[in-house]
This record gives sequence, C-alpha cells and structure tokens, in this order.
Amino acid sequence: MSTTTTTAGRTRDYPSYSRPLWWRIAFTRESAVIALLVGVLLWAIYGVLYFGTQLTMTFLFLDIAPILLIALPMTAVIVTGEIDLSVASVVGLSSSVLGLLVHHGWSVPLAALVCLVVGLACGALNGFLIAYVGLPSLAVTIGTLALFRGIAVGLLGTTAVTTFPSRWTSLAKAQIGSTGVPVIVIPIVVLAIVFTLLLHFSGFGRGVYDIGLNREAAEFTGVRVARTKFTLFLLTAAVSAFAGIYFTLRFSSSRGDNATGLELQVIAAVLLGGVSIFGGRGGLHGVIAGVLLIGALSSALRLLGVTVNVINIIIGLLLVASVVSTSVLAWISETSARRKNRGRRPSDLPQHAPPGVRTKEKEA
Amino acid sequence: MKFQNKKVLGLVAGSVVLALAATGCGKGSGDGGGAAGGGGGSKATITFLPKNLGNPYFDTSDKGGANAIKEFGGTYSQVGPQDASPDGQAQYIDTAAQKHTDAIVMSANDPKALCDSVKSAQDAGTKVVTFDSDTGPGCRDLFVNQATAEGIATVEVDMIADQIGDAGEIAILSSTPNATNQNAWIEIMKKDLATNHPKIKLDEVAYGTDDDQTSFDKTASLLQKHPNLKGIISPTTIGIAAAARYLSTSDKKGKVALTGLGTPNQMRKYVTDGTVTEFALWNPEDLGYLAAYAAKALVDGDITGKKGDTFKAGKLGEFKVGDDQTVLLGDPFKFNKSNIGQFNF
Repeated sequence: MSTTTTTAGRTRDYPSYSRPLWWRIAFTRESAVIALLVGVLLWAIYGVLYFGTQLTMTFLFLDIAPILLIALPMTAVIVTGEIDLSVASVVGLSSSVLGLLVHHGWSVPLAALVCLVVGLACGALNGFLIAYVGLPSLAVTIGTLALFRGIAVGLLGTTAVTTFPSRWTSLAKAQIGSTGVPVIVIPIVVLAIVFTLLLHFSGFGRGVYDIGLNREAAEFTGVRVARTKFTLFLLTAAVSAFAGIYFTLRFSSSRGDNATGLELQVIAAVLLGGVSIFGGRGGLHGVIAGVLLIGALSSALRLLGVTVNVINIIIGLLLVASVVSTSVLAWISETSARRKNRGRRPSDLPQHAPPGVRTKEKEA
Repeated sequence: MKFQNKKVLGLVAGSVVLALAATGCGKGSGDGGGAAGGGGGSKATITFLPKNLGNPYFDTSDKGGANAIKEFGGTYSQVGPQDASPDGQAQYIDTAAQKHTDAIVMSANDPKALCDSVKSAQDAGTKVVTFDSDTGPGCRDLFVNQATAEGIATVEVDMIADQIGDAGEIAILSSTPNATNQNAWIEIMKKDLATNHPKIKLDEVAYGTDDDQTSFDKTASLLQKHPNLKGIISPTTIGIAAAARYLSTSDKKGKVALTGLGTPNQMRKYVTDGTVTEFALWNPEDLGYLAAYAAKALVDGDITGKKGDTFKAGKLGEFKVGDDQTVLLGDPFKFNKSNIGQFNF
C-alpha cells in the first residue's frame, strides 16, 4: 500500500495534477486576486495623487483591520460550507459591553477580557445550535444577528460612551516606531499565522476542508464534524469580540450600532478571495489579498473623489465577476483536461486502474 | 505534495503583504505640506461632508455651500458615506487629510468618534468647520449653528400669537417626553407665553413620540379634549406633518392654526391648501453658504476662530464668532405661501 501511494504521489497522473506546478499556481482564483491586488497597488501608487504616502497605508490598515481580523476565522467557517452572519452584531455587543464596563469604572484590560468571554458565549450559542442541534447556520446566525444587536443597543440605549483612558485609545491607533504601520497589524499578523497553520498545516484544517467537500465522508473518515464546527463558531465570535474592542478604542466610541453591516463586507472579501460559498475550497492567502484589494481600491477611489455609491458599484461588480470567474475557470480547465485526455487509450487514465497495474505500467 | 503547493502559495501571499508594507514605507511622507494659504481671491479647496449622501436636507445645504465657493472662486466637492455612520465619515476625513484639502465642512454623525480623525486632519493643515451637528469645541475650528434654543422657541410663539390674534387656548404636540431639544424649547416657550402673551393659555403638551400615526392620533384627541382650541405648536417635523394631515381632512381646517418646525417638502401641500399659514425652520441653503464662507475665512487666515473674530459671508453680510468658536446663522427662517416654492428639501 505504501509503495503504491508514493508512486502515485510522484507521478500524479490524475487530471487535476496533470499540469506543471507553475501552471497550477498561476491559474488559481487566489493568484488572480493577488495579481489584481498588485495591479491596483501599482496603478494607485503611480496614478493616484497622494496614494503612495505613509499616511495612506496607516489609514488603510486602520480601516480594514476589523474586516481582516474577522475574515480569518470566517474563511474557515465558509470552507466548511457554513456561514456566520452574526459577526458584526458581536462586534457591536463587544463594543457596548466595553463601554458599559469602562463607564462603571472597570479597567480597560479587565473589561476587554469580559468582552472576549461575552464573544465566546455568543459563539457557543451559535455553535451549539448549528453543530449539535443541527440547525442551518444561515437561519441561526440571522437570528443571532438580530439578537446580539438587540442586546447591544439595549445595553446602552441611545447614549454613547465616549470617554476611555487615552493610553488605550492611543494604543489602538499607535504606529510601530515611525514606520507608519499601525500596532493593530501585529495581532493581525499573529492571528493570520495561527489561522494559516490551523487551516492549511494541521489535521484540524484538513478536517475543515473534508467537511466542506463531503460532510458524510468526513464523518466516516473520523473527522469530528460537530466539534470542528463548534470550535470554528467559537473562534469567529471571539475574534469578532476582539475586533469590537479595537473598533471601540479606535473611535473612542462605544455604541450599540457600531459596525452595523460589517458582516457583509467580511463575507464579500472572503468570497472575493476565492473561497467557495459551497465550502471545500479556498485559502487564507487569497482572502487576505481580497481584503487588501477592497481596502486599497476604495481608498484610491476615495482619493480620486469618486462618490461612495460608485465605489460600491465597482466593488459589487468585482465580486460578481470573481464569483462568475470561478465557474468559467472550472469550465475551461475541465474542457482542456478532457481534450488532453481525448487522444489516450482509456487504460491510460489511472483512476480506474488498480494500483498494482499502474506501478507496473510505469516501470515498463 | 498538495501541501507543498499550498506552502508556495502562502509564500507568495506573504511577500505581497510585505511588498504592500514596503511600498507604503518607501514612499514616506515626502510630499507633505503644500497647503494653500495665501489671502486675497481665495482658491481654497473645500470638501463638504454631510451625514450621508442622498439626503435632501444636505443636498440643499451643500448647494448653498457650492454657490458660496463658486462666488469666491474656490474648489467645491462633496463626499460622504451612504449610511449616517461615524466610521464611514471618519474615512472621508482621513482622505481629505491625505489630499491636503484646505477645509472640510461637515455635519458630524457622532460628537466624539470623529475627534481623532479631525485632529489628524488639522495636523495635516486642514481646517474643519462643523454645521448642523457639532462635534464639540476642541474637535473642530468652528461650528456654524443654525439656530439657538431661544430663537426657535420665540419664533414659534410669535407665529402662533400672530395667527390666533394673541389670545385663546393652544396646545403643543411634541416628540418624545424625554427629547432634550424639544423639552428645552418648550420650557422657553412657557416662560415666553407667561411674560409676553398673557392672554394665550397653554392647555396641554401632548407627545406624538416622533411617530407619524401616534402624532396623528394625538392631534385628533387634542381637538376632541379641548373644543376651544385655537392653535397647535408642533416643534418637530414629524409631528407637524401628521397634525397637518389630520387637520386638512377635518372640519377644524382653517379654524385651528398649526405652526412649528417643518420641512417645505412635507408641508407644501398643507400650505397650498390653507391648512397651515406659516411654519419655521432654518434655511439649510444659507447654512451651507455661511459654513463655506467661514471655512474660507479660516483658510485665508482672516479669522482663527476665537471669540470676537468677524468675517464677511457674501450676500448674508458680516458674522461674528461667539462663545465656543460658534457662529450663529440667525433667526429661524419662516416658510409660507410666498416662498415655499423655492425650496426642495
């Protein structure tokens, strides 16, 4: 068994691996998004006045930080074929809780800790209903979107808490030395590494993809489906709560309606980054590029004085085009693979051949 | 093998992020400064930042601003978020700072959340003028106030006194029982009525909770409870429109006077059909016009925003900066049959 596996690994004769490595890297959704990002950056730096400044980069990172943070766990959730629409409401709830506690004399770190616990509780509720009760995530998180937002607004009413210790509010906007890179990039990079390891280099992550590709097969091969999903919803809500703390301190403003509608921006960026909404495929590098692409593009267009409605139209079209391109790319690679295989005798196609036979053929 | 592939992709992604950071750093803040400042015929670039786009009120005020800027030869632009959210507005303040815009004229979506963005814009040399909704002193260079509480209360009392012959029973249809602005105005109205209009008796203050249907029902019950009622003051745009809708179909139309704060688009029908004689609000076009001239005066260095500074605002004449770096537009503007056709907000 082991010999046949390694042989199969070396020759990789099945259609999806029939292309050389560079081809497979170059023609993916992820590389398309990365190429587009590089293109937009080059255009903006050389073509848009004031874009290529340190200030632009600082604001860009400050603005996209919450989206980028939440997009990391959201990617994993969507890869399993689920969705979490309640993230922005968790941001709002976390913001309200932080404001309320600080207003009542709590220290910021302690209040932030409570926010994270509240986030975990929100995630546990989502995760329990989805993973263990088996309800559809779309329905559950639409419900908790309203529920968490309701609690958030209810906690503070129409008032806003706007006095926070300046030590913490300036930390939220501080830069690393004089590089212009905001401090918030540090937790983003750390979390990005953690989630990359988790999703792409661990058994847990392989389980995540298995669930998205075929839930039953995953279960039969020993993936703990319910526990994996539960963990992912916990992570999403916890990171959202952290984003809420950042959001609150950055604007020194705790309001129940903070970050309304952020969930759609996060999901848009994840889908733009090449993650399939049906689950099973996508990578964090594409998602990170997707978030940066939306951020850089809207920043450049704002500098050009383009009005917000037009910016939304452009980003909307980009998203639709990217989703359509998946189907088109799949169709192209499928037809070209079929054409390539047309000339061969059926016995050349390895899928149906028993391993032993194939090994012999290759040796011959 | 599959994962080796992923590793390569990961490296590509990582290097792109690094490249982004590097290009950002490399360029540095080389082209800072360069904000225009010279006096004389001002070429100031002024950006209007309303609470949100597609709002007729702000379209009107920004039109006034655009007219003013055209008069003195500056450059006008209007940007803004789609929803009235502070974080959406902050991005546009940041953008204005990056572009070294000479001045921003904005109506703030949050008194505090925009403070840091405003300060960094000021550091970059941009003057910040607020109108309609303030951020609070220390968070802008100047606030152009549409009206004072006294001004609003007095004009409403004067209008009703005028319309009912300074004698008889009246009622007030307010918004919610704890609305800060309305309660402050009602207090001043009560004092004004007691001292200057002794023959007018205030029967009741009813609360329509700024809900169209509730305000409509409250109007009906006010008219039933007080058969001798001669006038209603509604210091809220939703209340006055609902009350006018009720009155226009009842037999009290034309017999019970109605006035207060309203917008021309909502009230046009009732002014034309004679239900309402006159109501008040400030003129948003003048407000935008004044704010643009205030921004120009700051950019040109004619004023610094301290108390007692004076500047000329085109056709509106001369204005003086008051306490808390505030400029007052003046008395509320009265809308009636003769002028309502000129307004669209």
